Amino acid sequence: MDTQTKKPGLGKEIGTLVKTNIRDYMMYIALVLIMGFFAWQTGGGFLQARNIANLINQAGYVAVMAIGMTLILIIVHIDLSVGFVAGFSGAVAAILMTKYGVNEWLAILIVLVMGLLIGLYQGLLVTWVGVPAFVTTLAGMFIFRGLLNLSLQETGTIIIPNKGFNALSNGFIPDIPAGLDFHLVTMIIGAIIVIAVIVSEIKTRMNKIKYSFDVPSTPIFVFKLIALSSIILVVMWTLASYQGIPWTAVIVGVVLMIYNYMLNKTKLGRSIYGIGGNAQAAELSGINVKKVTLFAFCSVSVMAALGGILYTSRLQSATPTAGVAFEMDAIASSYIGGVAVSGGVGRVTNTIIGTLVIMSLTNGMNLMGIDISYQYIVKGLIFVIAVAFDVRSRKK
Amino acid sequence: MSDYILEMKGIVKEFPGVKALNNVNFKVKRGEIHCLVGENGAGKSTLMKVLSGVYPHGTYTGEIVYNGEVQKFKKIADSEEKGIVIIYQELALIPELSLYENVFFGHEIVKKGAIDWNETIVQASKMLEKVGIKEDPSMKVKDLGVGNQQLVEIAKALSKNVKLLILDEPTASLNEDDSQRLLNLIKELKKQGVSCIMISHKLREITAIADTITVLRDGATICSLDATERTIEEAEIIKHMVGREMGDVYPKREKKEFGDIALETKDWTVFDPVRGREILHNVSINVRKGEIVGIQGLMGAGRTEFALSLFGNPTGYKITSGELYLEGKKVRYKHPKNAIKDGLAYVTEDRKGNGLILMQDIRYNTTIANLESLVEGLAINENEEINVANRFKRSINIKAPSIEQKVGNLSGGNQQKVQIAKWLFAEPKVLILDEPTRGIDVGAKFEIYSLMNKLVDQGMSIIMISSELPEVLGMSDRLYVMSEGTITGELSAEDATEEKVMAMAIKS
Repeated sequence: MDTQTKKPGLGKEIGTLVKTNIRDYMMYIALVLIMGFFAWQTGGGFLQARNIANLINQAGYVAVMAIGMTLILIIVHIDLSVGFVAGFSGAVAAILMTKYGVNEWLAILIVLVMGLLIGLYQGLLVTWVGVPAFVTTLAGMFIFRGLLNLSLQETGTIIIPNKGFNALSNGFIPDIPAGLDFHLVTMIIGAIIVIAVIVSEIKTRMNKIKYSFDVPSTPIFVFKLIALSSIILVVMWTLASYQGIPWTAVIVGVVLMIYNYMLNKTKLGRSIYGIGGNAQAAELSGINVKKVTLFAFCSVSVMAALGGILYTSRLQSATPTAGVAFEMDAIASSYIGGVAVSGGVGRVTNTIIGTLVIMSLTNGMNLMGIDISYQYIVKGLIFVIAVAFDVRSRKK
Repeated sequence: MSDYILEMKGIVKEFPGVKALNNVNFKVKRGEIHCLVGENGAGKSTLMKVLSGVYPHGTYTGEIVYNGEVQKFKKIADSEEKGIVIIYQELALIPELSLYENVFFGHEIVKKGAIDWNETIVQASKMLEKVGIKEDPSMKVKDLGVGNQQLVEIAKALSKNVKLLILDEPTASLNEDDSQRLLNLIKELKKQGVSCIMISHKLREITAIADTITVLRDGATICSLDATERTIEEAEIIKHMVGREMGDVYPKREKKEFGDIALETKDWTVFDPVRGREILHNVSINVRKGEIVGIQGLMGAGRTEFALSLFGNPTGYKITSGELYLEGKKVRYKHPKNAIKDGLAYVTEDRKGNGLILMQDIRYNTTIANLESLVEGLAINENEEINVANRFKRSINIKAPSIEQKVGNLSGGNQQKVQIAKWLFAEPKVLILDEPTRGIDVGAKFEIYSLMNKLVDQGMSIIMISSELPEVLGMSDRLYVMSEGTITGELSAEDATEEKVMAMAIKS
């Protein structure tokens, strides 16, 4: 009897795990259901290696923008301008490369710096002048839409000839020729990731045990490791059976790792959560709220510029319609990924899941040939249901 | 009908962990001016909130009899319908709307589904005339002085057909002339048959105007004094307000050795652009090493503003003149960050509002003010951080299952301990505690007092801001009294008595 009260059974532990993490689990379940639904509707086409690679390439620009947006939403601001900042950035990159013959890598660097300056402008308006972010970035929407149209007025759509640039969202990492019928490097990277994940999970767990914090029981921990490893390996295998890991995935992965590290391990990350949780308390604890807010605006605009580069690369051209409704996907991704509408809570790793939900919907409905009007309605409904669920589950 | 317009019988109101009202009996005669006095936290405002339905029937026990009928108000609208109108210290006017719009705001004159503006203007003008406002009813409230705004509130009450008017410190932010006008108006209303309950700290006004004075202390009725039969002296009221046994709630300190001056201000004068007036006038104080200095004063005396203006001034006040010295060095901080770096720490009075980040855990909140010391390279050394948090959890006895507990789920006393832990980790030289024991239970209070003693023994300096008189007297080595942004007195622990301090605190 005594041991029973001290050590709850496995069933009970799973019960409490589900209860405390219901928000995250629902997101995974939703993603699986959505993917399953499209796989069924497209006769398996949705889950084919080619389409998975396609999905990643399509989702890349939204993913990086959503990561930037997550920070902004955690500190309870918003950036509506990211769409047209992205569109304009793509156009500038195209003009630099075609009209002025600038090297593609230099062009990318220039565009990212331009994104930083745009963020500086909007961030200063919000922090030092005191214009609300909603107004500042709505004005930004007007301005950058205008600049986008203006920059492509003479030429119309610019076709980009630079191979390196276009590879960003169409190309794959190289392979070592070994005569295999799958992409070897991809599988090696997959194995490395799996080992890294297992090692880091075990390290974290050991550490927690050392400080006698609560940890899940061994069977659940092992199950989690196996599940995680299998998912990684299955995705990698799928990619390896086509052309390997897309460059987009590498870029998004690097961005994700940097932001995840920043948010979880550094003082800056702590400050961002602190400001979102209680800006006044953060200020009185010695955090410079204005500076951190300015940083978040700079970061989101740089990510918008990067998103613009990826999108332009994907289309291999800059068009005047680029950027329309990008901010909708970015914001929806963050919220579906579990950023709290009241701020202070959110993880970039979950934002990526949110992006996958949104972009799976786009990709799947495109495959099914569903009209774009219905696509918007479906995405809107799923978005609002996710947030409603989030708000309710946080109230408890 | 009985002589009493209102009888509140055996009112008990509990908040988690605190009994705010403990069997309060309160009777108001028809057509009298009844003053309600007591220290901060005595339960005056809570009692009025029970009466007006802010705390709905069922959340308290006891009975409210109004006009001979038992009332069960569920919301403010229910009590207003019966003619009970409450005017709060923070006025509830809409600055951007006109006077007449404000008078009928929330109970507009509606005909056929639309607001009848002509009728509104006619009616509002009558009400405004009654309270003595000569200004154009179409001017905006924000262009009116504070005194007149208070009168607009009363006009608004009149438009609701008020029978029992409740005023919560109506003259707190008014100057002498405006106060007098307001008090005259209340007397005028009394003649017209409006009964009035007035909460006030200004004893001079009270003795001048009251028919009956009821004193509350620690959530209980102490006495009701009839001022129509005899003159009530201020001293008598003060005695009833503070008269309580101190006991040994306050741990004794063994050695008392004071070092050099740690912090000093000279003629510190501060202007608040939001309120558009000077809020602190030539404040000069000092605190030595190993000393606890109390700053006593009633709410709104400017104590918190003083602390904030020293501590990097995050609210954007203008420091118009004066100097601040920390360990003899002249300083002035642009941001709390700089103040913290130099060894200043400020435990806020509002731990939930601007002290703690409630959705984060104990560990997060403990280290947030001094994360630099944990950073290695780019990252925070989390193992070291866990050690720090655990050390403080043990040493100041924060009761929680682990440092991963969210601070929002802790009791008030433990939250306060986390706040203190946060600042101790920043290793301050001068610790400013603003209402350190507000809303926490007796046991935790004692622990915090003991901790304060330990800290000054180690050479720290403590400035304790508090409106709780016994606490200031029990803990301070020396104390300043502040009233309306001015230091009105300085007393040593030996000289200070509750009566002396209270007299200074209400001096204006």
